[in-house]
Amino acid sequence: MALDFSETEKEILYQSVLDNKFPDDMGRFGPFGGRYIPETLVPAFSRLEIGVKKYLNDPQFIESWQNELNEWVGRPTAMTYAKQLSHAWGAEVWLKREDLAHTGAHKINNAIGQALLAKKLGAKQIIAETGAGQHGVASAAACARVGLPCRVYMGAVDIKRQAPNVDRMRQLGAEVCAVKTGDQTLRAAIDEAMRNWVSDPADIYYIIGSAVGPHPYPFLVREFQSVIGREARKQIVTQAGGLPNAIFACVGGGSNAIGLFHSFLGDREVELIGVEAGGHGPDLGQNAATLATGTPGVLQGAYTMILQNHDGQVQETHSVSAGLDYSGVGPEHALLQSIGRVDYESATDTEALLALSELCKAEGILTALETAHAFAAAKKWASNNPGKRLLIGNSGRGDKDMITLSAHMKG
Amino acid sequence: MASSKQIESILKKNKRNNTTALIPFFTAGYPQLNSFASNLVNISKVGDIVEIGVPFSDPMADGMTIQRSSHQALINGVNLKWIFDQIETVSHQLQAPLVMMSYLNPLLAFGFKALSQRAKEVGIGGFIVPDLPLEESDELRIALENEGLGLIQLITPATPASRMIDLCAASKGFIYAVTMTGITGSDKGLSLKLAKYLNQISNLTELPICAGFGVRSAKDVEIIGQHAVGAIVGSALVEAMEREEDFIGFLKRLR
Repeated sequence: MALDFSETEKEILYQSVLDNKFPDDMGRFGPFGGRYIPETLVPAFSRLEIGVKKYLNDPQFIESWQNELNEWVGRPTAMTYAKQLSHAWGAEVWLKREDLAHTGAHKINNAIGQALLAKKLGAKQIIAETGAGQHGVASAAACARVGLPCRVYMGAVDIKRQAPNVDRMRQLGAEVCAVKTGDQTLRAAIDEAMRNWVSDPADIYYIIGSAVGPHPYPFLVREFQSVIGREARKQIVTQAGGLPNAIFACVGGGSNAIGLFHSFLGDREVELIGVEAGGHGPDLGQNAATLATGTPGVLQGAYTMILQNHDGQVQETHSVSAGLDYSGVGPEHALLQSIGRVDYESATDTEALLALSELCKAEGILTALETAHAFAAAKKWASNNPGKRLLIGNSGRGDKDMITLSAHMKG
Repeated sequence: MASSKQIESILKKNKRNNTTALIPFFTAGYPQLNSFASNLVNISKVGDIVEIGVPFSDPMADGMTIQRSSHQALINGVNLKWIFDQIETVSHQLQAPLVMMSYLNPLLAFGFKALSQRAKEVGIGGFIVPDLPLEESDELRIALENEGLGLIQLITPATPASRMIDLCAASKGFIYAVTMTGITGSDKGLSLKLAKYLNQISNLTELPICAGFGVRSAKDVEIIGQHAVGAIVGSALVEAMEREEDFIGFLKRLR
């Protein structure tokens, strides 16, 4: 159950969102967020916060990042009208094509931004965590680009189901460390990266891959990912002639969703829908639908919605997609849910696999399993809202998922 | 009934007597549920204060040993209510006051007011919360201090001097000085700059200082004892339990 706000409180919080008041000085998005870290990391976070304030307000730094986005990442990414899907769904369907960004997903926007920042801050070693491997690949590529050594922590379970990405990271010069503790997926990889950081906070820079973790990470990642929504808003107005009625994005930690939604938060007439992993079904442990079924608590440095039992122990999750297989969610999403600005739904493994297949055949786009969850929810919405215009964040491509997909094709 | 004052006065007594206080740490419910209460009683006969670890699913500031013990304890079915109930069954046999080490989320789930009352009832004088920095700690601190308990603050070699002053002012019972930057259980030995670092903290506070992280031998305890009132021994004790060795003997040999 989410926190309960009165309508007046919701309106005040929403206005603060629009006025850019979050995160506040304590790193909070309303009640969510903050910075729950070991004392050892306090000086490192203080340095990071100062660096973030300095460089994100430095036109030269932003220009260097923007140059990399244009020349190396390949931005702006396309806005594609999905002709066949539109016909099949009885709606007007548009896709923001983050799958076309370098390394195959939106993750690169943030990875190159943070790698440039790390360089400015004098880091000697980059560490990163990865679930699906997309952020690991993006970090490895970004580190190669800026000339810093990169070590990626990845859960042993994920290494198995995302083997091609593991080899890509190594090819890009990164060291990949298998994490065999905890749930051996994304959450354990973040824990291990934090632990490693604690061992040498002065020289290590941790490139976190989603809009999660202690302040200022949720803010920093959102800023680097908001390029998605800024482009998308302009593109859809130009290409379609107006704003969409609804926007869909998949949510694990929530970086592509917050990046896409952010430019549309003030457009009250635009419905925003985040889609989480419904896994096998609604029971605890069977899914990763944190916002739909979780409760507030502190995980990995932030007060946010998490999947936990009554004792405050964080629960393991299930999703067919490694990138959504996470027990927490970015604190800004927790706020947007509690004030009712964004709706969060879930799609099951089966629904996602069906949606992936439908998109492939209709538009010739092999989307990532994570992204497929957004398509599944969008299709349902379209059937209840005929003739409307909708925008789907096509956050990544599905080449990495071929092992999983092949297994499902064989049944 | 325990209090942060009691913890402080026991340590100050050690200081007056020029003895090094020994503070053993172990994970509640590890290796087995049914040995927790008796282990606690036996350890309290050797230690001056006993630190009980509450297992958590995401122990991000702990090394492999404590991760393993936490994981096993959770599989064994440990929760905070059970720990309090177990302590209560033997509280009259305990020969040392207790402090509790827990990550924040299990404490949040229990509720800070209920936590403070129950902790006081069973004889816990203070809490160490490794993922709760000073800036986020007001709510829990106030709840604990309302019951005469307190938050024990950690200081690390990376902590700037100005922050050390704030941490000392907020701490109750003692100051937990991390003796090396890093996670618990590393065997790199004790920092060469240890003396300077511990003396720097001593100059800032009247509170006793206890040092931990990486204490494994009588020699470590002796070195720490030259500059601090107490030595906290955690990973090495849990490893001895893990190997099913005579961990009470191990603790006695640290003296």
